Amino acid sequence: MKRSHWSIPYVVFMAIFVVLPLVLILVYAFQDGNGHFTFSNITRFFSDSDALGTFAVSIEVAIENTLICILLGYPAAWILANRELNRSAVTIILFIMPMWINALMRTLATAELFNMLGITLGKGTLLFGMVYDYLPFMIYPIYNVLAKMDKSYAEAAQDLGATPWKVFWKVTVPLSMPGVSSGVLMVFMPTVSTFAISEFLTNNKIKLFGTIIQENINSSMWNYGAALALIMLIIIGVTSLFSDERKEAEGALI
Amino acid sequence: MKKFFAQAYLWLLLLLLYAPLVFIAIFSFTESKVLGNWTGFSTRLYANLFTGNMQGSSSLLAAVQNTLLIALAAAILSTLLGTVAAVGIHNLRGRSKQAVTFVNNIPMINPDVITGVSLFLLFVFLHFSQGFLTVILAHVTFGTPYVVLSVLPKLSQMNPNIYEAALDLGATPSQALRKVLIPQLKPGMISGFILAFTMSLDDFAVTFFTRGTIGLDTLSTFIYTDARKGGLTPELRPLMTLIFLLILVLLAVINLRQEKLKQLHKA
Repeated sequence: MKRSHWSIPYVVFMAIFVVLPLVLILVYAFQDGNGHFTFSNITRFFSDSDALGTFAVSIEVAIENTLICILLGYPAAWILANRELNRSAVTIILFIMPMWINALMRTLATAELFNMLGITLGKGTLLFGMVYDYLPFMIYPIYNVLAKMDKSYAEAAQDLGATPWKVFWKVTVPLSMPGVSSGVLMVFMPTVSTFAISEFLTNNKIKLFGTIIQENINSSMWNYGAALALIMLIIIGVTSLFSDERKEAEGALI
Repeated sequence: MKKFFAQAYLWLLLLLLYAPLVFIAIFSFTESKVLGNWTGFSTRLYANLFTGNMQGSSSLLAAVQNTLLIALAAAILSTLLGTVAAVGIHNLRGRSKQAVTFVNNIPMINPDVITGVSLFLLFVFLHFSQGFLTVILAHVTFGTPYVVLSVLPKLSQMNPNIYEAALDLGATPSQALRKVLIPQLKPGMISGFILAFTMSLDDFAVTFFTRGTIGLDTLSTFIYTDARKGGLTPELRPLMTLIFLLILVLLAVINLRQEKLKQLHKA
């Protein structure tokens, strides 16, 4: 038996549990309750002000969350990457460790903490909680790229007379972009699609797109739920294509 | 001065990240029903947790048990499936290799809600009644890609000839597998196993969609239902505190062992 045949069980498994389910989203999205072909689920989304509003809010929150994560996470990753190796390894673990505690439990504790401090739950607390949940996902990839970066580029720029500020903006930042873009990928889409977390952090005031999908599936509106999931899949496809192209462009530069 | 600010910045971020966890830990030592309401020092919640003497205790302990069972089963299955798959993928060439790696990435890129909904539709479509088995299958679906990605680098680091050499020297294929291939891949398999295990422990969305209506609860879904009913079971506080301490100890042990290994190498 050829050793490449060892992949067959997993290929079969993926065909059933990865590919077929995605095809089913497509099929259900274009069917009505009786299994007839229809566009109505898709057109319904564009006339459903509740879903459209939630969609806009989700994108807005996701953009803000991603930007804050970059602003807070980049300096942290940079500081960590410029330390001696042993000490930064311990600190990196400290940053990742909270993720091993159940996310819902952490979120609920954050909400209660705000309650105790007398801060009203709303947009601000939602953003804080989201940053709290996703910051490690931004720090880690940027740290990885920065730590592996060839220091001689920065040194060369310095030798050629660039100020430290210029070295940072013209050399370090461009070279670390692959880390930033994988961080964006790990923060942006998951934010759009979270459910439960946003309700807990805003006392049910703000819903994100994931919640709308969940509500429809749970109230047996499978076809409309599938259509909403399909819309999200399309956005994921577009964003991941975009970041792949960027990665290739960057790879060609280096 | 610059160093001081850098250090202070990191500590400030860590302080923010750990505030809710410390908050839970502090309030695990008081009896009040509501988190954030201090009614005097007490270890009764810990006692309740261990004696099982509490409201809804059986369901909380069952949820913990389910979480561990599902994570263990899913991680073992993912490690087996993923390791065999990695050997196959490593030996694939060209387009088929690209295609398999692409599909392997899908569960990692997909948000949990999409994975959950798509698997829910699958089980509805196949008329497969949802429960323990479907949750485990779902967790294997998102766990295996991590095993594949952990084992693949070990395969490319390995000298391909040693497996052939073992066969030439008269080892049966299963002997060559056990004595040559697996020891070489073991570090990758272990980190893949740990990844699959922790992803399963932490999962909420996928479990939520694939657990069916038989009342199966993991810790995540238990907390979700509990919070929606209003008010968390107070015993969750000591439980989370203990889990956190356990992780802390585990990480410290692993780190110390690695330090020792490094020093041994140096000596």
